[in-house]
Amino acid sequence: MEKRARFESRWLPYALIAPQLVITLVFFFLPASQALYQSLLVQDAFGTNTQFVWFENFQDLFRNEDYLSSFKTTAIFSLLVAALGLSISLVLAVLADRVIRGANVYKTLLIWPYAVAPAIAAVLWLFLFNPTLGIIAHWLKGLGVPWNPLLDGTDALIMVVIAAVWKQISYNFLFFLAGLQSIPKSLIEAAAIDGAGPVKRFLTIVFPLLSPTTFFLLVVNIVYAFFDTFGIIDAATSGGPAKATEILVYKVYADGFKGLDLGGSAAQSVVLMIIVVALTVVQFRYVERKVQY
Amino acid sequence: MSTPSAEPKPRMRFPVLVLMNLLPRTWRAGGREGMIENRPLLTIFTHVILLIGVAIIALPVYVTFVASTLGPDEVLRAPMSLIPGSHMIENYAKVLGEGASSNVTTAPVGRMMLNSLVTALVIAFGKIIISLLSAFAIVYFRFRFRTLAFWLIFVTLMLPVEVRILPTYKVVSDLGMLDTYAGLTVPLIASATATFLFRQFFLTIPDELAEAARIDGAGPLRFFWDVVVPLSRPNIAALFVILFIYGWNQYLWPLLITTDESMYTTVIGIKRMIAGGEQATEWNLVMATAMLAMLPPALVVLLMQRWFVKGLVDAEK
Repeated sequence: MEKRARFESRWLPYALIAPQLVITLVFFFLPASQALYQSLLVQDAFGTNTQFVWFENFQDLFRNEDYLSSFKTTAIFSLLVAALGLSISLVLAVLADRVIRGANVYKTLLIWPYAVAPAIAAVLWLFLFNPTLGIIAHWLKGLGVPWNPLLDGTDALIMVVIAAVWKQISYNFLFFLAGLQSIPKSLIEAAAIDGAGPVKRFLTIVFPLLSPTTFFLLVVNIVYAFFDTFGIIDAATSGGPAKATEILVYKVYADGFKGLDLGGSAAQSVVLMIIVVALTVVQFRYVERKVQY
Repeated sequence: MSTPSAEPKPRMRFPVLVLMNLLPRTWRAGGREGMIENRPLLTIFTHVILLIGVAIIALPVYVTFVASTLGPDEVLRAPMSLIPGSHMIENYAKVLGEGASSNVTTAPVGRMMLNSLVTALVIAFGKIIISLLSAFAIVYFRFRFRTLAFWLIFVTLMLPVEVRILPTYKVVSDLGMLDTYAGLTVPLIASATATFLFRQFFLTIPDELAEAARIDGAGPLRFFWDVVVPLSRPNIAALFVILFIYGWNQYLWPLLITTDESMYTTVIGIKRMIAGGEQATEWNLVMATAMLAMLPPALVVLLMQRWFVKGLVDAEK
């Protein structure tokens, strides 16, 4: 789409777009290209000796047990966050949609966790699950469930998944509720007249019509679990215990910033960039389809 | 004159109907349009599950609030009380004025809140301003490299800070921007999302407005300031809510570039407070800080709820 009415100026458009472009070039393209270049180098810890090694860093990476297990951790973590986050918010949205009159009250009561920083969410749950003083840890003890996220990897993973889901429910809920409210009531009334009960109506009409929203949210949630949960992992577990919660984004930070393995960290950055590009392409292809739908 | 109130109101003859009007609408048959059939049990069940959901969502914040009102010994007593204690004012005054945790030195939380506020406001307004300008250039001018510029901005969507941590840190450190407000904000100010949002919106502004402005002799900047910006106000408000939360809640970036505790943002300050180890953490003070860290963005969401929802939906288009 193009404008018919335009302004003419030799310099003005460049001046207008300059701030955005300068920041983009200095803080996005320069570092990203350095990451690309660095990923092909091997450097000793003091930066005195640098060698160009082509794709050796990548080969090392995919031979590295730690990296492969971090991939696995990330996959489990993202699937759990997306699956739990989507199903809980879908249930809440369907129920809130049923009670239109109270829906806005429930909406207000459910959306505010969006405003909580991931790291703060982590601290809140860390406190609840703290094995010596946490309330939930105490309840679990009462039920005879052994619980110690500071020592047990599975417990730690459960804790960060819960914190991540808790924070994302509000976002999913809003989009599901909007999706549900845009389904024509006449369709559902017609099904009801034909004798379909609430469960059958949901499975055969509502859920299929909601599938574009669900798919969109699935991509958003996976991106969220991959990248935006850095604060949760760092504040709650720092990747531990014994790297049980070390997701890919955290590993880039830990290896590069704490371990000072520049080439390896850069190669990990490049792998992550490829994942982001893939997810973005999926998202945009879907957006195109939504326009036709 | 006819007799205005001679007839008794019909409903007064049916006291049961009057009573029914006092019931919540949803309990009555056909209470709301679109409610397909009336199933009171299902409706009660719906409310019960929703209330349980609300309670579970609220639980961590309630416990945090209670912990922030307890004394240093009360908070360590397992299980902790679920009724607020009497140390609220004392705890909040202490963290705001002096900071928390004897084991790690941190700046007063008041100072951190100020840092967070400056960061959030500069990021939000910075993103909005430079995106308004660049979207205006892209939509209202035809110039060389226009398409290239558009794509350069677009590609940044695929380069989140998280994937270029080290080199970005190096650039900022070379520019001498560590431990400064500029370092906290400027690298995060470029925004593809905001630029696209404004571009989409500008394309819907009728061409007649720009033509009329031209005929009246108004230049592009005059048109931008007097017509485009006022028309964009709803979009600006919606974006502001989202970007304020984004800026306030930044974590990885301030974690990397702030080493001076007087430059910590509130979110980073909390992380530093719990880093001292299990025994030494003063949880009542940490929790008071957590409440303070959540308050401003939560208020923005609740008070500007309409803009918040619009902003979320727009940003994902």
